[in-house]
Amino acid sequence: MTTFSHPTKDLRSFKVFTIEEGTVIDHIDAGQALNIIRVLDLAGNDTIVTVGLNLPSKKLGHKDLIKVEFRNLTPDEANKLAIFAPHSSINIIKNYEVADKFLVTVPKSIERLIVCPNPSCISNAEKMDTMFHVSNGGEHLKFTCHYCEKKFQHDDILEYKYS
Amino acid sequence: MSPLSKEDIDRMSSLSREDILEELKTKMLSAPPQSPFFGRDIISIKELSREEIITVLNHATALKQTPQPELLKNKVMASCFFEPSTRTRLSFETAMTRLGGGVMGFADAGVTSTKKKETLYDSMKIIGQYADVIAMRHPAEGAARRAAEATDKPILNGGDGANQHPTQTLLDLFTIQECQGTLEGLNIALIGDLKYGRTVHSLAQALIHFNPTLSFVAPESLQMPSYICEDLKKHNISYTFYERIEEVMAQADIIYMTRIQGERFPDKMEYERVKDVYVLTKDMLAPAKPTMRIMHPLPRVNELKEEIDPTPHAYYFEQAHNGLYVRQALLGLVLGALHA
Ligand SMILES: [Zn+2]
Repeated sequence: MTTFSHPTKDLRSFKVFTIEEGTVIDHIDAGQALNIIRVLDLAGNDTIVTVGLNLPSKKLGHKDLIKVEFRNLTPDEANKLAIFAPHSSINIIKNYEVADKFLVTVPKSIERLIVCPNPSCISNAEKMDTMFHVSNGGEHLKFTCHYCEKKFQHDDILEYKYS
Repeated sequence: MSPLSKEDIDRMSSLSREDILEELKTKMLSAPPQSPFFGRDIISIKELSREEIITVLNHATALKQTPQPELLKNKVMASCFFEPSTRTRLSFETAMTRLGGGVMGFADAGVTSTKKKETLYDSMKIIGQYADVIAMRHPAEGAARRAAEATDKPILNGGDGANQHPTQTLLDLFTIQECQGTLEGLNIALIGDLKYGRTVHSLAQALIHFNPTLSFVAPESLQMPSYICEDLKKHNISYTFYERIEEVMAQADIIYMTRIQGERFPDKMEYERVKDVYVLTKDMLAPAKPTMRIMHPLPRVNELKEEIDPTPHAYYFEQAHNGLYVRQALLGLVLGALHA
């Protein structure tokens, strides 16, 4: 329902409009929405994807938000995006209503996605899949290469392999 | 699994299928547990528990006292050195030969198909078909872990770039225990290039199991990396930073020297300034405990003066020699000839 008593709020709901059916990914750490679109290949289909960047958020200060029409994210897909945005919440929308809502879980390990930033790592020397172990100690996620055993944060990672 | 006797088989032939399965299950469950080392890859020291480290050291002690020239008869070790390291290679190959096993392999990547761009994975898959165990060294970090995915045969990592060299760490621990009579609660000073030195990183991490007091003696720009210090802190291991060897001489049980390489310094003047500070001379040993022993992973350049060699403190040649027994212990364990 729309009321016209709060102009800024209206403007926002106009830009990021309600969807009939699909998934709303909310509380994405600001700056990570585009990574998520790529890792889940959301732009590769015919569905409409609406992206909000740097929206004000009580919890995060600023947040990104993604609405994907006519596609329900599976928990597996949701966990894949957790490595970019561990605080995100997933709303499955049916008939303009929230039919299901859950938080993402950071996976223990992540295969293929991360290119190891260590140039001396064997995974950069031959054609093979990478694997990183994810640890959630402290403020930032840490990623330890299964092969060279080096530990990285998001800022250290220069390249992702989107399939 | 405990073997079935002829009587077992005769008796079971009169049983129903269900009863036979039940009997086999009981037999298997009551069999002694398989040694945790059998068939295992030794890639990173971090994967060995305190008990497992002690098991390896105990076997190494026994093998040093009593040689076992027949222990690995009819077993073959592949020695795959994708980059040269004569010392480590000879130690592995001698270890296998002196246990009665055979050795095949290569001493640099030029003789294998890697020049023709064969992947490490393919090379190791093929070599694994000929050998019972593989000792390897490779310049890429993580190479041993990758090799282990290619073959079921146990891999002993003899160094993967700047990453891991677990047999070096085990021989260091063995040597410390041998010269001090214990590994527990010792005062151990690590000296030199602590920032890039793989050897001292692994040693510091392995010592976490044995409650040491650690001294890190290095120029500020080459001090122990913070991730190792965090690890030590988490396990309540006390450590102190120093800039001069003289400061730790009186209290140390072990002085572990490493080489400072000029090319590690972005600033050549800084190197010129510190290069003589981290040189150990005979005069500096005066305040040391009589039981203090000096270790060095070798080769040395000038950080350890030859004048120290005849003193009772010098222990680096014994240290190098001990690699043989530690590698023998690992070969025996992963091939199932020795038990945990
Ligand atoms: Zn890596």
